[in-house]
Amino acid sequence: MAKIEASMAGNLWKVLKQEGDAVEAGEEVAILESMKMEIPVEAEAAGKIKAVMKAEGEFIDEGEALFEIE
Amino acid sequence: MFTKVLVANRGEIACRIIQSCQSLGVKAVAIYSEADRDARHTQLADEAYEVGPAKVFESYLNIDKILAIAKEARVNAIHPGYGFLSENPDFVTRCHEEEIVFIGPAPETMTLMGDKVSARNHMKNAGVPVIPGSVEPIASADEAVSFAEKQGYPVMLKAAAGGGGIGMEKAGDDEKLKKAFQSNQRRAMNYFSSDSLYIEKALESPRHIEVQIIGDRHGNVIHLGERDCSIQRRHQKVIEEAPALDLSEDLLERLRKAAIQAAKSLRYENAGTLEFLVEDNEFYFLEMNTRLQVEHPVTEQITGVDIVREQLNVAAGEPLGMKQSEVQLQGHAIETRIYAEDPNTFFPSPGTIDAFNIPEGASIRLDTGVQNGTEVTPHYDPLLAKLIVSGNSREDTLKKLQQTLEECDIQGLKTNIPFLREVANHPDYVAGNVTINFVNEHF
Repeated sequence: MAKIEASMAGNLWKVLKQEGDAVEAGEEVAILESMKMEIPVEAEAAGKIKAVMKAEGEFIDEGEALFEIE
Repeated sequence: MFTKVLVANRGEIACRIIQSCQSLGVKAVAIYSEADRDARHTQLADEAYEVGPAKVFESYLNIDKILAIAKEARVNAIHPGYGFLSENPDFVTRCHEEEIVFIGPAPETMTLMGDKVSARNHMKNAGVPVIPGSVEPIASADEAVSFAEKQGYPVMLKAAAGGGGIGMEKAGDDEKLKKAFQSNQRRAMNYFSSDSLYIEKALESPRHIEVQIIGDRHGNVIHLGERDCSIQRRHQKVIEEAPALDLSEDLLERLRKAAIQAAKSLRYENAGTLEFLVEDNEFYFLEMNTRLQVEHPVTEQITGVDIVREQLNVAAGEPLGMKQSEVQLQGHAIETRIYAEDPNTFFPSPGTIDAFNIPEGASIRLDTGVQNGTEVTPHYDPLLAKLIVSGNSREDTLKKLQQTLEECDIQGLKTNIPFLREVANHPDYVAGNVTINFVNEHF
C-alpha cells in the first residue's frame, strides 16, 4: 500500500479525490495552501484511492500522509 | 493627531507603521498571533495583545477580536497595512460603528475599487483609458470563448475580486481558455469567496507602471511620481524601482493627470495607487489599490515623503503636508523583495532563520519583520524583508544593489536572493529592457 504525502507544511485547501477514485500518475489529488500559495499535491503513480486520511482545513506537516493508494 | 493607533498587521509592514507612529509621538499597539508571540513587530510596539491562533481567520482576519482589542487598548485609529483587512469594506464599517478611525478610504470607495469590473467601469466614465474587456462578469466558459473570438487571442482571465495574481491566467486559444475558466473560478472562490471572473484583451509585452497618489478630505490630491514594477514572478512583484525609466514627457503628463483625475472622481482620502499597463506609449488602467503598498519605500526614497506619516495626517483630518509644486523627484531607488522561497521554483520555504546578515549603509534601507532566530511559518506570506537601495542615478543605484545583494547572507531556509542577484546582473535588466514577461522569458 503506497501513501501520497504532503511535500510541505500547510493548510489542506481541497481534497480532489475520494475513496474509490482512480488516479493517473501526475494527477492532482489535493491542494495545499502554504505562505499564500497553492501547492498542488500529485499522485506519483497510477492507482485507486483506498483511504483519504486528512480533511479539508486541517494543518498538515511536511511528509504527513494524505491518501492511501493501491 | 491621534494619541494611539492599533496596527492590524504583522511582519515588515507592521514594524514600518509602528516606527512612523512613534516618530510622530503616537503610541503604537500591535496584535500578534500565537505564532508571532516573539515577532519583531510585537517587540517594537508600545503595547501588544495576542489576537488568536496562528491561522489567519482566527487572528489577523478576526474582526471581532481585533475591535475588542482596539477598545480595550483605547486606540483612536487602526492602520491595516497591506493584505489582511486593508481592503475589507466590512471592517471599515465596523470600525466606524465603534467610532474608531480607519486609516484608509471610505468603505464605498473600497467596494467600488475592490471589484475589478466596477473599478474598470468607473475609470472609463472618469476618462481613464482601460484595456478592452468584458463590461459584466463572465458567467460561463462559453461566454469567455465568444468574447475571445470577437476580441482576438491572447486574452487575460481575472478574478473580479482578485489580487496577488491569484485567479488570473493568460489564454491563447479556446481549449486553454475553457480550462483556465474552470480552474480560476475555483481558485477565485477559495481565495476571495466570489467566483466572479472577467476577461480582458492581453497586451503582448507591457510594462507595469503605477502612480502613487495621496488625497485628503479637503479635496487635495497630489501624485508622488511613478514606479516601474514590471519584474514579477507568478504575477507578483519582486523588484520595483522609481522613477520609471524611459517614459516620454507626454506619457508621464497623461499618466499623472489620469491618476489625479481618477482619485478626484472618487473623492479619495488616503494613500493609494493607480496601476497601469504601458505599451507603445499608451497606458491602460489595471486596478487601484486603496491602501499602502509593499513597494511604497522607493517612492519615499526619491521624494523624501514619509507616506505612512501622510496617511496618519490625512486620516486625522489634517490637510496634506505639501502641495504638488513642492514634490521633488530626486535620484533613483530600487526595492528587491526577499522571500523565503526556492530561487528556482519560487515555491515557499518555511523554516528558522539561523543567520540574517544584510549590509547596512547610508544608501541602504532594510524594511523587515524578521531577525536571527525567527521561525518563518507556513501560515503567512513568505516576504522576509525589503532591501531598498538608493543613489543619484540608476547606474549608481544598480551597482550598489548588485554589491549589496552579493553580501546578503540568510541561512536556515531557502531564499530568492540568488534569483535577485541574477536579475540585478542580467544585461536586459541593466539596460532597462524590462516588461512583465521578463521573468518568464529569462528564467
